[in-house]
Amino acid sequence: MSMLNGLSYGLLLFMLSAGLTLIFSMMGVLNFAHASFYMIGAYFAYQLSSWSNYWVGFLIAPILVALLGGLFERYMLRKTHKFGHVAELLLTFGLSFVILELVQLVWGRTSVDYAIPTAMQAPLFKLYDSTFQTYRGFMMLVALLMLVSLYLLLKKTRIGLVIQAALTHPDTTEALGHNVPRVFAYVFAGGCGLAALAGVIGGNAFITEPGMAQSVGAIIFVVVVVGGMGSLGGALIASILIGLMQTFAVGLDWSILGGAKSLGVEITSATPGYSLWSLKLSQIAPILPYLLLVLMLIVRPKGIMGTRDE
Amino acid sequence: MSGQKIALEVKDLQAFYGKSHILQGVNLHVNEGEIVALLGRNGAGRSTTAKAVMGMVDTKGEIIWRGENIAGMKAYEVAHKGVGYVPESRDIFPKLTVHQNLMLGEKGTKKQSRWSFEDMYNMFPRLRERQHTEAGVLSGGEQQMLTLCRTLMGDPDLIMIDEPTEGLAPAIVKLVAEYLRELKRRGISVVLIEQKLSIALQISDRVYVMGDRRIVFEGTPAELNADANVRKEWLEV
Repeated sequence: MSMLNGLSYGLLLFMLSAGLTLIFSMMGVLNFAHASFYMIGAYFAYQLSSWSNYWVGFLIAPILVALLGGLFERYMLRKTHKFGHVAELLLTFGLSFVILELVQLVWGRTSVDYAIPTAMQAPLFKLYDSTFQTYRGFMMLVALLMLVSLYLLLKKTRIGLVIQAALTHPDTTEALGHNVPRVFAYVFAGGCGLAALAGVIGGNAFITEPGMAQSVGAIIFVVVVVGGMGSLGGALIASILIGLMQTFAVGLDWSILGGAKSLGVEITSATPGYSLWSLKLSQIAPILPYLLLVLMLIVRPKGIMGTRDE
Repeated sequence: MSGQKIALEVKDLQAFYGKSHILQGVNLHVNEGEIVALLGRNGAGRSTTAKAVMGMVDTKGEIIWRGENIAGMKAYEVAHKGVGYVPESRDIFPKLTVHQNLMLGEKGTKKQSRWSFEDMYNMFPRLRERQHTEAGVLSGGEQQMLTLCRTLMGDPDLIMIDEPTEGLAPAIVKLVAEYLRELKRRGISVVLIEQKLSIALQISDRVYVMGDRRIVFEGTPAELNADANVRKEWLEV
């Protein structure tokens, strides 16, 4: 059961990091505001669903956010490009604050009641004594559909071919007559749209509140680094790995203390560092992704499937 | 086709990389259907001249292509005007197949290209054999053929080729020379950036020599052959 929950969380992470990693490797811009687009996606979906129903929000919110993302790229990010990557980084960093403040201004500082449609609140099936909610299944379905369409778009279409080329050699691609700046804008908009879609289906499964961007923002950077910059395959593996890791770890009470006990070594409160040894895995679950990040940077800095050899 | 009509004219071209001044007033022209060699040592500014025409670096001065000033245009716009560039670094797309690399040369316009995939594969049969191979595993010579063909798929009327024979075996250099002659037969103007005098003198109609970021000699291959001073000062290593 944790397996399935972890998987659905991992797929959600992938939906977020796919856009981030594409944008990063194409434009060299580490988009700090990426998770903010995820947040606006959830809020837009909440607003739209409160006006009509869930499906209107589901369909329209990602499109709106993609448009916003495209406009941001076209009229702000592109203008900063000539000042270098630091300026671009600062711009997206600033944007994340602007979005956060706007969200708080419009929807308040507390969470909003963005609910799962009642039809999908029922359990889909029961395994042992835990249940798997229909909505979780729906999330996985959406994520898988997105995965397949992204793959087909990149591998089977002409624009996908241009994107793949521009990922590694933007200048050469442009000299061959492809409007690379426009492709950048499309990719940026598409990435924001995907982030928003993740917000739409994740916002009600978890919680829609002003802190949601920050809580997921750091994790998706871990995903991108662990997976390898610019590698969608790597991002997929890393997302699922981290999704599973976090879900499993929360449910496990293992600690070094317990491990030592089963080996016959007694650790008591008198042993030096007792509080460290007695930490349960579930307690350190939130920092596991960052431990993985540090480990990855030491052992294999280019990530699981990264192609950059720096 | 090889009349004296000017295809490309560059007037007082200056180029910059950040704060450094790479080109200091380059003047040159290329007639329709002509092969022009741009010679000089490394760092003389030959590649930068091509990149400047292509809109890949910041420039000052005029770049007239078929009567229109294209200075300041973006690289993809210049490409759509009919100017092609084959980079020196053999910038193939390593993860894509040979065929996909060629597909990326096509500009996706409705205009019928004078070249087909078949033409490319006939010119370089080795590429046909390897069309479904990832381009990254090709040999240096094969990658060079691929970059030449890729730019050609975009149907340029003028093609600037940066050091096509560098590091290639003599047999492949011959192939490249044959390729250049084929371009000329089809009425395409060629700017050949070279260090090797031999191939340049064999196939070019006119020659420019660059040194110190400007043009230091202009003439026919025979005139360059006769001028030992220029060769000694600006070409021989």
